[in-house]
Amino acid sequence: MRAASDAITVTGLHKHFGRVYALRGIDVQVGQGEFFGLLGPNGAGKSTLINILAGLTHADSGQARICGHDVVSDYRAARRALGVVPQEIVFDPFFSVREVLAIQAGYFGMKGEENRRWREELLETLMLADKGDANMRSLSGGMKRRVLIAQALVHKPRVVILDEPTAGVDVELRTSLWTFARRLHAEGHTIVLTTHYLEEAELLCNRIAIMKDGCIAALDTKEALLRRALRKTLCVTVEEVVGDLPEALAAKVRRREAHSLEFSLQKGSDSIPAVLEALRTAGYTVVDIATDQADLEQVFLELTRGAA
Amino acid sequence: MTGFLTLFYKEMLRFSKVFFQTVAAPVVTALLYLLVFASTFKGHAQILPGIPYVAFLVPGLMMMSMIQNAFANSSSSLIQSKITGNLIFVLLSPLSAVEFCLAFVGAAVVRALIVAVGVYAAAIAFIVVPIRHPVFLVLFGVLGSGALAALGLVAGIWAERFDQLAGFQNFVVMPLSFLSGVFYSLRALPPFWREVSRINPLLYMIDGFRYGFFGTADVPPAVSLTIVAGFFALVSGLALLLVSRGYRLRN
Repeated sequence: MRAASDAITVTGLHKHFGRVYALRGIDVQVGQGEFFGLLGPNGAGKSTLINILAGLTHADSGQARICGHDVVSDYRAARRALGVVPQEIVFDPFFSVREVLAIQAGYFGMKGEENRRWREELLETLMLADKGDANMRSLSGGMKRRVLIAQALVHKPRVVILDEPTAGVDVELRTSLWTFARRLHAEGHTIVLTTHYLEEAELLCNRIAIMKDGCIAALDTKEALLRRALRKTLCVTVEEVVGDLPEALAAKVRRREAHSLEFSLQKGSDSIPAVLEALRTAGYTVVDIATDQADLEQVFLELTRGAA
Repeated sequence: MTGFLTLFYKEMLRFSKVFFQTVAAPVVTALLYLLVFASTFKGHAQILPGIPYVAFLVPGLMMMSMIQNAFANSSSSLIQSKITGNLIFVLLSPLSAVEFCLAFVGAAVVRALIVAVGVYAAAIAFIVVPIRHPVFLVLFGVLGSGALAALGLVAGIWAERFDQLAGFQNFVVMPLSFLSGVFYSLRALPPFWREVSRINPLLYMIDGFRYGFFGTADVPPAVSLTIVAGFFALVSGLALLLVSRGYRLRN
């Protein structure tokens, strides 16, 4: 159990839509100042969890708190503490960028010169300063996405949820969004990132939850998750042309070329020295070896693969 | 409070940005009705003693415009936001259900009142339309358009497609507003249809509003006011209930 001042506390959250169970008793805590990743295949329940935190969906049972404030009974304080960048690009076609931001700030009671300056700063930071008076309809997709980020930040929330912020954006914008997310984190914001790009989570997040079928399949630090990888890869280059291999070795071969072999080894039970020794015994001269570290994608696939 | 004022301001800004569609067009439509009916029935018997038919029409057309525009404003704003997805920005805010409803209804009432003033200002350039009881005018104007604005909110929440909303507007609001005594007096109807008309709450809005101008009505104004206030309370209560439960807004 973590401290009461956690940025996000979720306990026993259940939600179903008709016969489909979206969440089956979720328990998650995210500490203040964490950069937290929420991963999972489509339909795993990530969006439902985020929507409950944001007050967009009512849970069947369980509790969700933002900075200690219950999202139902104390929704005003909870929503003031939370900024959500939605997954879909949505906008109000009636207004300009500055109007949109001023209106969003007004909903949270953020009026006055200081708040106006903050909005201008957001426009500068998100490279939208020259588009402030442009109608939302006239912006490109990337610009609209940046406006969504600015909208989520106008009330200076302590917790920011980025729901697949880089889905469908070009490489340049993706990199600038990563830089911006890092900056927000460095300034003390708690960041929750959902993404389908696993390298993104690996690059940015300290702790990661992997969801599957409405449950938390894994929740740990990035390093601990990477250690969970069940398989590792060993690439061996031999002097001789690869021919017959002993049956025990052949079963572990994933790919073979004229002078190289790639083995997929089970962590814990297969040892690299044993494989090398078996090769020597079979008459091969090992001239080079290389091993591949597990990445998050491998862990993700291992945890989310298989029957539900 | 600031949150409510912001949503109220945003809703007014929304309709003012399309002023020609939301204000000018209904004023012109009402004036066209006035022109056609006035020229068609010129010289026919007066419906209310001492009041020319064309003057009799003005309050009814004003109230009908208010009814239709109040409904259109809240319902179209909500369904557009729902379908395009930008309602999320309001739903993510700390606004309460009461603030949400008040802002949508308030802005719709303002639009309705602007349209009514526009119709009146244009009409009195040609016809004398006296105002006998201004307080009744304001009461019936605000409560009547408020009720339809709240009904628009209910319809906007209920409808999941534009055609569902159009159905509500064309098969419920439009017939009720046309059959509410805009063009005739209740006394002119056969007894059966007179009794049927009495179940239409919009009739009391128009009759009471007309009382504010001419000081004469088919139904005692206190009765009309009670019915209109009750209808307003009923529909507002329903809208508030739906918003606070998040019906079709927060699933």
